[in-house]
Amino acid sequence: MSSTAAVAAHGAHAEPHALGFWRTYIFSEDHKMIGKQFLFMALFMMSIGGLMAMLMRWELAWPETQVPGFGWVPEPFMYEGAIPPNTYNAMFTMHATIMIFFVVMPILVGCFGNFLIPLMIGARDMAFPKLNMLSFWTGAVAGVILLSSFFVTGGPAAAGWTSYAPLSAVPIYTGVDWGQNLWCISIIVLGASSLMGSINYITTIINMRTKGMYFFRLPLTIWSLFITAILLLLALPVLTTAIALLLFDRLGGTHFFLPAGGGEPLLWQHLFWFFGHPEVYIMILPAMGIASEVIATFSRKPIFGYRAMAYAMIAIAGLSWIVWGHHMFVSGMDPVLGSGFMITTMIIGVPSAIKTFNWLGTLYKGNIHYTAAMMNALAFVAMFVIGGMSGIWMACTPVDMYIHDTYFIVAHIHYVLFGGSLFGVFAGITYWYPKMFGRMMNETLGKIHFWITFVSFNCTFFPMHILGMAGHMRRIYNPQQYDFLKPIIPINEFISISAFVLGAAQFLLLANIIWSYFKGAKATENPWYANTLEWTTPSPPPHGNWPGPVPIVYRGPYEYSSPGVAEDYLPQSQLLEHSTGAANKRTH
Amino acid sequence: MLEHMYFPHDISTFGPQIDRLFLLIFWLVLVVWTAVMITMVVFMIRYRARPGRKAEYIEGNSRLEIIWTTATAAILIVLAFMSRSTWADIKEHGPPGDVFYAVTGKQFNWEFTYPGPDGKLGTKDDIIVENELHVPVNKVVRIDLTSKDVIHSFYLPNMRLRQDAVPGRIIHVWFEATETGQYEIPCSQLCGFGHSGMKGNLTVQSQEDFDKWLKDLYANPPAPPSATEGASPK
Repeated sequence: MSSTAAVAAHGAHAEPHALGFWRTYIFSEDHKMIGKQFLFMALFMMSIGGLMAMLMRWELAWPETQVPGFGWVPEPFMYEGAIPPNTYNAMFTMHATIMIFFVVMPILVGCFGNFLIPLMIGARDMAFPKLNMLSFWTGAVAGVILLSSFFVTGGPAAAGWTSYAPLSAVPIYTGVDWGQNLWCISIIVLGASSLMGSINYITTIINMRTKGMYFFRLPLTIWSLFITAILLLLALPVLTTAIALLLFDRLGGTHFFLPAGGGEPLLWQHLFWFFGHPEVYIMILPAMGIASEVIATFSRKPIFGYRAMAYAMIAIAGLSWIVWGHHMFVSGMDPVLGSGFMITTMIIGVPSAIKTFNWLGTLYKGNIHYTAAMMNALAFVAMFVIGGMSGIWMACTPVDMYIHDTYFIVAHIHYVLFGGSLFGVFAGITYWYPKMFGRMMNETLGKIHFWITFVSFNCTFFPMHILGMAGHMRRIYNPQQYDFLKPIIPINEFISISAFVLGAAQFLLLANIIWSYFKGAKATENPWYANTLEWTTPSPPPHGNWPGPVPIVYRGPYEYSSPGVAEDYLPQSQLLEHSTGAANKRTH
Repeated sequence: MLEHMYFPHDISTFGPQIDRLFLLIFWLVLVVWTAVMITMVVFMIRYRARPGRKAEYIEGNSRLEIIWTTATAAILIVLAFMSRSTWADIKEHGPPGDVFYAVTGKQFNWEFTYPGPDGKLGTKDDIIVENELHVPVNKVVRIDLTSKDVIHSFYLPNMRLRQDAVPGRIIHVWFEATETGQYEIPCSQLCGFGHSGMKGNLTVQSQEDFDKWLKDLYANPPAPPSATEGASPK
């Protein structure tokens, strides 16, 4: 299908299929390009969400002083660089909204989901390429709507990413009018984008696996994305519905969440967290899949307990629907119901523990190569252990009564979402960058980025547990207004300095991504000597993914150091003619 | 009992139970975390790649999977039932009350309603005081908690007590202070631009001091708060 004439006609940009600039780079239907588009959108949004975090950290350590270099920001957003309370509320609202909906979800699900699913299951593209394109562009529109809320009178939404009604339902309570409306519209639009994406992932994984790719031969990354897509399909519509009701309350004079007209504020919380808890797993499951992939590859060993790993993810996904009440122990919900949610929440710790022990088991008697990707994946495991175990305090209802809405929760959520999801993202980017862009990332720069991030991450978020134990409420803009929080002022300063280092270190990642794109060493087909199908095609893969026929699968994805072969890896698609049995008969 | 771990000084009757649970989980987590980290670091060092070495082909171990699944489940379920009994003591069957107040959150103050000279709440002689809560020591204080506008959260760090105040609902909470002193009552649920700094003062007094204070209050009741006060967002 390639033609030299067409390539020449379209200059250096043209790919062999010669679709032209717009259809190759902008309105592309190629899952690989759509994956990259999600990645770039998320990295852009991450810089904005990160900036919000930096400003908040300044405020918390040196409250009501001028932020250096921000004197130019117009009133009423800032006053000669000083952050007023409403702006602070807007910042943590937008920080969380951006990081959750426009960074972690687009990278894990949008980028890795799109890029990896067809390549790893042996398909030439997604089941619905046009829907896929539409999914990205709907998501991009949602992003634009959200960012536009910075420029309307009253500023962006300031009711927290959880948007608890009635605070979020009546403009006068926050002083934010269109900012909150745009927030609602943006998330509704994003919900449509994510619905299109999830239907596509589920259909593709069920229907388009290549010959021999049985469910229990799927890489764990694909298992995780499959389960995540099901959660997305079922959870996001609940949020969309709840937000539509909220928007009616704001604009249409209804009283779904307003007690004055017979509404119920707790209804919002039930709907929100019924979505919100599966959402937490939407943001961690793909990172678990990525970590499993990277750890098996660089330990040169089969993943320990492949089926247990897949079943544990299914168990997490199932249980995630019956734990939402643990966000509401102090909300006024019946305390007996609280006890029920405590028990389900404790039980969801079990599959998480199973996964951790299996990652450790994978390292056992391995031959571990410390690449930047591997270091990030190991950090994922270590940080996820802390984030997972700090959840036990919150699950325990009497303790939660004390630590609820404090920095203990902030510490927990960042250990899971940054320590977990983002280290998973770093591992994934480093691992698949060669396949995405055809060049290797700089390992030294990758390791420097890893170490600075790892140390400053822990210096930033670990002390937040102590703030929480001291009773430091979240979402207050000046902790120095409280006598009982005076002893922890130095900890807040330490955290902020660490956070600035953490923020600055991310420029190294950005620099590495850009530098390697132009100057990185050319990537071979299979630079990590990995088994899965994406490594059986050139880097980057052509349109249609394989220049020849789609590979056929003969075994599971993690046959590393198999006794049947001399090399320490055995690709899924390699047929063994004279095998003694072990390698070929295995189906996992 | 946890002041050395940065906790505010505990002055409530159920505080020690909560602190003990915190500490129990702390030791549990510390032991498991240390074991996991030591295992991980030992594996990472011992099984690092060296030339000529090949990893051992191990796919898993069903017996190990069963052991660590049941062990984790057993520990967590026992913990859940231990927490359950403390929770029930505090939330489901608390002691009968000695003094009764109504507390109402509003942007951005706490309104404390004291029964008037007739000793009953909900009658005409009730007295509303903003941001000042006085309670007698060693007496069970029972509160009807609600809110006028958005959700607030009634937080007594020194009592280990937190309860959201929800508009349209009256939620009952109780506590019993064991020491006299001055403490803070922050709002701990985001309630608008004045959330930070929304706090009341808690004064725990001996019965005599409390009675004296109450007598003064009856003699010179403060003007009732005006309806327009509070929220006035720009």
